[in-house]
Amino acid sequence: MLAFAIRRLFEALMVMLAVALIAFALFRYVGDPVNQMVGQDATLADRAELRRHLGLDDPVIVQFGRFVSHAVRFDFGISYQLKQSVTGMIAERFPATFELALAAALFAVVFGIPMGVYTGIYRDSWLSKVFLTVSLIGISLPTFLIGILLIYLFAVKLGWFSSFGRGEVITVGFWRTGLLTISGLKALVLPAITLGLFQMTLITRLVRAEMLEVLRTDYIKFARARGLSDRAINFGHALRNTLVPVITIIGLQLGLIIAFAIITESVFQWPGMGLMFIQAVQNADIPVMAAYLLLVAFLFVLINLIVDLVYVRIDPRIRIYSKGTG
Amino acid sequence: MNEASPNRLSSTAGVPTARPRSRLGALRDSDLWQSFVASRLVVAAALLTTLLVGAAFLAPLIAPHNPYDLKSLELIDADRPPAWEEGGDARFLLGTDDQGRDILSTIMYGTRASLMIGICSVLLAVAIGLSLGLWAGYAGGRIDAAIMRVADVQLTFPAILTALLIDGVALAIFKRYTFEGGKFWILVMAIGLSYWVQYARTVRGVTLVERDKEYVQAARLIGIGPMKIMFQHILPNVLGPVLVLATINLALAIITEATLSFLGVGLPPTEPSLGTMIQVGNKYLFSGSWWMVAFPGLTLALLAVAVNLLGDWLRDALNPKLR
Repeated sequence: MLAFAIRRLFEALMVMLAVALIAFALFRYVGDPVNQMVGQDATLADRAELRRHLGLDDPVIVQFGRFVSHAVRFDFGISYQLKQSVTGMIAERFPATFELALAAALFAVVFGIPMGVYTGIYRDSWLSKVFLTVSLIGISLPTFLIGILLIYLFAVKLGWFSSFGRGEVITVGFWRTGLLTISGLKALVLPAITLGLFQMTLITRLVRAEMLEVLRTDYIKFARARGLSDRAINFGHALRNTLVPVITIIGLQLGLIIAFAIITESVFQWPGMGLMFIQAVQNADIPVMAAYLLLVAFLFVLINLIVDLVYVRIDPRIRIYSKGTG
Repeated sequence: MNEASPNRLSSTAGVPTARPRSRLGALRDSDLWQSFVASRLVVAAALLTTLLVGAAFLAPLIAPHNPYDLKSLELIDADRPPAWEEGGDARFLLGTDDQGRDILSTIMYGTRASLMIGICSVLLAVAIGLSLGLWAGYAGGRIDAAIMRVADVQLTFPAILTALLIDGVALAIFKRYTFEGGKFWILVMAIGLSYWVQYARTVRGVTLVERDKEYVQAARLIGIGPMKIMFQHILPNVLGPVLVLATINLALAIITEATLSFLGVGLPPTEPSLGTMIQVGNKYLFSGSWWMVAFPGLTLALLAVAVNLLGDWLRDALNPKLR
């Protein structure tokens, strides 16, 4: 177990270093950082002074080392576009993305699992067919189209929810939350559904497939023969055994939620990190892009690591396998 | 796979196998065709795809207007609803956009752009994935480990994020050298480079198996070079799964292109794809001009669903385990 954990940790570190190298190359070689920072009328001497100050004359390996040591301390430099510290920008926008991702994941789990269980148990009922059709649409349609559709129906036509921004926010410590105001919650509904729909359909289909598989096994037949109630069989025995793969997938999907948050935030003008990133891409704002890349890579590597380790705890077969090879 | 099919057919469909058949007859009796006509949904998807692809590629001939011809645009025609709505104009069946472009014609040209980018980027992804997969599987050892390591790392991130990043970097680099059609190739590159991993993994898996078979050993013994063995002997064995993957990924590539264009880092409004049209139309949604986003959106949705259905069907039809 320990050897396995250490090896995984080492691999995660290597991935982070590789990503840091890409981010550094971006920062250093795409466009000239000095040109981006000084005005048009800066003299050559000013530029040379700034170059020295930024350490751009040092050997590349030294610069890379400095880049990494800054990144570890969450120092990503100054945004070309907004002339603010990138770290400050991220800190300001992180709560918005986090709350959105959380709400989306919650929506996906709360609706996805019961729908999956239902369609698994009552395979041929009309409601199952409705659920599966909805899930097919959810998987095939691009996220931004679903967002626009929801905006048109519920914001433009019906006027139930707002479709723009976060609504009123309250500052609790350093965290600006939209969860405590009515307008904040109302603003959260449509983006969360848009972002969570894909995950919901995935969970529905996965739970359904697992349920179909488990309901065929001998121990379920035996449980029926013992005369247990349907409820006890379906939820106590069947559902519980489907949950291991489902939890893994949900964990891995967290990363996807963050990626798709870029699109959702863009549709709803949600002031989170995704919107910040897309604006950085549009304006070629390299420090922001590099910082976002590193941050997302870190989150992904962390999630993968946790899922791997949790899996080892849950499934003894992996432990034996890893002992055999490593 | 083909050797087994006549037997199975004669047992299931009762088709006599001894009768000499024309090519067309052979196609009609093949189980690929049988499974095709068996599902009405798949036939509908194929018809829809043909219709959309046909309209897209014949756009210069059959589109009522040319949206690229800026001289023909009249601002007085801007923002017209579809012909059947009040204020509509019979010249513009599905209405016009904010610059007075005919929506129907722009959709045809836009579908063309979306399809072209989709197809080119899938081809690029296949080319990269196929070559690297063959190389990794055939060479083995350190080369294999290195290529698969890169693939693993890239697989950690969702493809849409990779595509966005490549797109952003390319835009930053080529900002000063904007050339005709440059955005097109940037998109192809961004999407192609994001989706090669799946192909490489599939191809590597098959190559690992084929590499140790006798015909490859025999080819090596009589002195055929590794390039020729890889591309002439092993390649035909991996084409089936690659074809299936490519069809499914075509839908994905089209959606990715639309997403990038919608996010404002794809094709510019002057040469719109479906995603660009939706992005532009989205701005006018609140002023009630629903047609600017509804029709391109519907086209994109139909295209994605139809291609997806075809890919799913192809996957099941070519998978011997499911028959």
